[in-house]
Amino acid sequence: MNRTEREAAVRRIMEQVSPSVPPELYGDVVRRGGRMLRRRRAARRLMWLLLFATSVAFVVWALTAHPWVEPPSETTPPLTGW
Amino acid sequence: MRQRQAAQDARRAREFEAFVAGAAGRLLHAATLLTAEAPDDNPRARRLLTLALAHTYACWDRLRGEDPYDRARQHLATRFANGAWRQYGGLVPGRPHPGSPLGGLAPQERLILVLRLYEGVAEEQAAALLGLPVERVHTICDRATANLLHPPRGPAPAVVGAKVAAP
Repeated sequence: MNRTEREAAVRRIMEQVSPSVPPELYGDVVRRGGRMLRRRRAARRLMWLLLFATSVAFVVWALTAHPWVEPPSETTPPLTGW
Repeated sequence: MRQRQAAQDARRAREFEAFVAGAAGRLLHAATLLTAEAPDDNPRARRLLTLALAHTYACWDRLRGEDPYDRARQHLATRFANGAWRQYGGLVPGRPHPGSPLGGLAPQERLILVLRLYEGVAEEQAAALLGLPVERVHTICDRATANLLHPPRGPAPAVVGAKVAAP
């Protein structure tokens, strides 16, 4: 028995009986898939919202704190008693 | 915005229903072969198929010309491969149902046999899908074929029906 015959025999064995599709399967699938889709959409929306909030917070902080201005020196002792 | 979303949902539902009507039978047969259950009593196969199809439904809009059947089959196979070792008895084949033609084989042998011979997936693709070397897939496929056609001595009553059917 060569390879082709063996494979054909296995195929025949596998295709003997086929199960019938239960009628409620489609409803289940759509319910589950829809939930998955809604969750994904919500997660994506949340992510964008978070990104937007962080960037707004950063801009506000930068405008109030001016991190690019050199802070006044604190190491030089004050000149008093001339 | 909302209206466009509704239209898209309706279109997806229509296309998806046609797809399920065409593909569910064959995929359920493959899933039942994988889980080694009887054709008329296959809760695990149904669950596997439901999850795979739900996943396909969820990424229906992002398929971009890719074959949905391919996607569902991939998901089915990887989910079975990832779940087989912890749920279904791992390396030791559990107690397969006597009504299943592949009952005497290990989960991995069933998976490769179904992918290669029932679904006709190329060896390279099956290997890439399962993360195995091509030679290993080839070997396992040969061994599974041999085990199925000439079941080893010992407790393998599940393959008796298969032996009668083999020429």
